[in-house]
Amino acid sequence: MKQNSNPIVDFFASVKLALFVLFVLASTSIIGTIIPQNEAPASYVEHYGETAAFIFHLLDIDTMYTSWWFLALLTLLSANLIVCTLKRLPHVWGIVVADNLKTTPDRLAKMSPRRTFTFAGSQADAVLEAKKLLGSAGQVTEGSTDDTTILFTQKGAWTRLGVYAVHFSILVIFVGAIIGALFGYKAFVMLPSADTTSVVYETGTSKPIPLGFDLRCDHFSISFYDTGAPKEFRSDLAIEKDGNEILSKSIVVNDPLQYAGLTFYQASYQALEGQLFARITNNATQATVGIPARVKTEIPWNEEGIKFGILNYEGPDMRGQYRFKIWFSDGQATPSEFWMPLEGTATIERPEKTYDFFLGQHYATGLQVAKDPGVWWVYIGCTIMLLGITVAFFLSHKRIWVVVSREDNKTKVLFSGSANKNKLGFDNIFYGLINRVTQHQSFTPKA
Amino acid sequence: MNSAQLLGITTFIFLFASAFYVALLIFRVKGLGVLATILSVAGLLIETTGIGLRWAESYEMGYGHAPLSNMYESLVFFAWCIVALYLFLEFKLKNRLMGAFVMPFAFFAMAYASYSSEFTDKIKPLIPALQSNWLIAHVITCFIGYAAFAVACGLGIMYLLKHRNRQIRGKENETGIFASLPALRQVDDITHKTILFGFLWLSTGIITGAVWANSAWGTYWSWDPKETWSLITWFIYGATLHARFTKGWGGTRIAWLSVIGFGAVIFTYYGVNFLLSGLHSYGSG
Repeated sequence: MKQNSNPIVDFFASVKLALFVLFVLASTSIIGTIIPQNEAPASYVEHYGETAAFIFHLLDIDTMYTSWWFLALLTLLSANLIVCTLKRLPHVWGIVVADNLKTTPDRLAKMSPRRTFTFAGSQADAVLEAKKLLGSAGQVTEGSTDDTTILFTQKGAWTRLGVYAVHFSILVIFVGAIIGALFGYKAFVMLPSADTTSVVYETGTSKPIPLGFDLRCDHFSISFYDTGAPKEFRSDLAIEKDGNEILSKSIVVNDPLQYAGLTFYQASYQALEGQLFARITNNATQATVGIPARVKTEIPWNEEGIKFGILNYEGPDMRGQYRFKIWFSDGQATPSEFWMPLEGTATIERPEKTYDFFLGQHYATGLQVAKDPGVWWVYIGCTIMLLGITVAFFLSHKRIWVVVSREDNKTKVLFSGSANKNKLGFDNIFYGLINRVTQHQSFTPKA
Repeated sequence: MNSAQLLGITTFIFLFASAFYVALLIFRVKGLGVLATILSVAGLLIETTGIGLRWAESYEMGYGHAPLSNMYESLVFFAWCIVALYLFLEFKLKNRLMGAFVMPFAFFAMAYASYSSEFTDKIKPLIPALQSNWLIAHVITCFIGYAAFAVACGLGIMYLLKHRNRQIRGKENETGIFASLPALRQVDDITHKTILFGFLWLSTGIITGAVWANSAWGTYWSWDPKETWSLITWFIYGATLHARFTKGWGGTRIAWLSVIGFGAVIFTYYGVNFLLSGLHSYGSG
């Protein structure tokens, strides 16, 4: 094999470098967990003093995980992984595809574990019986020189590649992260119920990014447990293109809306001070409209020929509740007038139709927007990593040889084996085989 | 009988089991060991029932979620994982002497869950961020990993004590307690294998957390202190494994690393919540 003694290659391929980089990454990572990240410059001066703040600024401590020196460390780790793999993989690949019959009986006779037997019968018979005994261990290959026959069986040669799969997976994850950083973005938008937006605002810079379509929020609602803790934040969203609705989805935290490579997440909300929101549903057709409402203003729902208004309100009562007096007309008979609580739904019986009328606080929903074309690389990398770790840790390359030869006019049979990991486990397998051989009437153990 | 009572009983059983394992180590009377094992198995079964009952109770209260949602519930599950993993090792290796070094971790986890005033043992409804199927996958994988590292830490301490005793007194004159512990080579091997097992689950825990974060917030990695500390822990154990695989490290060095690594685990699990958030609130307040 070609001996590679380039000192630069050796440096980048060394485990020492890997251990050093892991140590430095681990210890410097602590900094960013103690010193708050992405705060305004003034806040660092306030909490740590002028000098410390200046040093932080110099070393990008306030954004350390994207700083030049942290990225340099990650680059060094990647270089280490790549060079180490390129240097070692050819050798390991050689072992994986090696012809294990091309070995000398002398070497096999020194291996541990091993056992020698004499066989009562011809060499050919010994080979036949040994094959039967090996049968369960896997595919048996056979090679002969003039007076010696070697049998070989192995399992899990490919498992030697597991560790390289793990190293490769880290690079795949990095590629995914770079793709995400170059071609993706994170953004945010506050969108009031019954409003539409065609832009979102980039996180950090607040730069508007056009969506290329319209995003509409029909309704944002919160529900609470009886303990007062929030139970659900829900936004009824719809995607429109040229005024046509393309898709709609009611999103909650952990269940976002995806469209055109973008994902919209329920992130926060905001109550629009002093503003109300009405939502009317025609119970027969399920036609629904959501409209911002104000006290003493007549509001139409033209499609249904409806007009309504909030005439008056009372409150807060002893429990802090408000009540509102609603006027509702569909142009037939006398208009309905009734009192209802905030965040409540009233059923309005009209001569021909029935409507559900909801009145609540007018909210804007806070949507986190993410475009990350690299995420699938990251997920694939993670999958490879877990498979690779499992293979690298828990599966081993197990090899067993049998050498049948003639010595002192007797047929001699040598069993030997090796495993690259979990030698204890392999010993169990090997001595299990030796046990079966010992019980065979034609084989006699040699002292 | 409700879940709180069962889990309270479990705490005491783990205390007695720990005590009997320590007694076994000191007096070397086989009966003590058998009793310790019986207590541990009984404790595990009662705790399993307690966790199951707590799950059912959350449905009766109308919240309906797996009991893996807060510090109390995670500590209880942590103890469960430690005992399950320990008993597996005990049966596999047919050696009870490790119990004195491992079972106390389970007892401390339960005792801390039960008696600390920092967090509540009340069943609370899930806030929206936690309402995800990833919750179960993430918490279970993380805590299997944490439990493995706790066991490895116990074994590492056992190794260091035995090694020190041997250094002071020589191999022939090991003091009773230490002489009866498993051979150093065997302890070293089990510690290593336990770390391997823990590393796989820690990796899975970090990855399920990343996938969950991405499905909830659109960012699989945001370098928040919890994430960063889990990565630091991963680096420490990763470096440990490289040192062993390629440099042949073993013995006291791996034993120390198993203790240091567990320190990082504890900081990830507990310190980040209570020390760093404290630092932050102090820093910004």
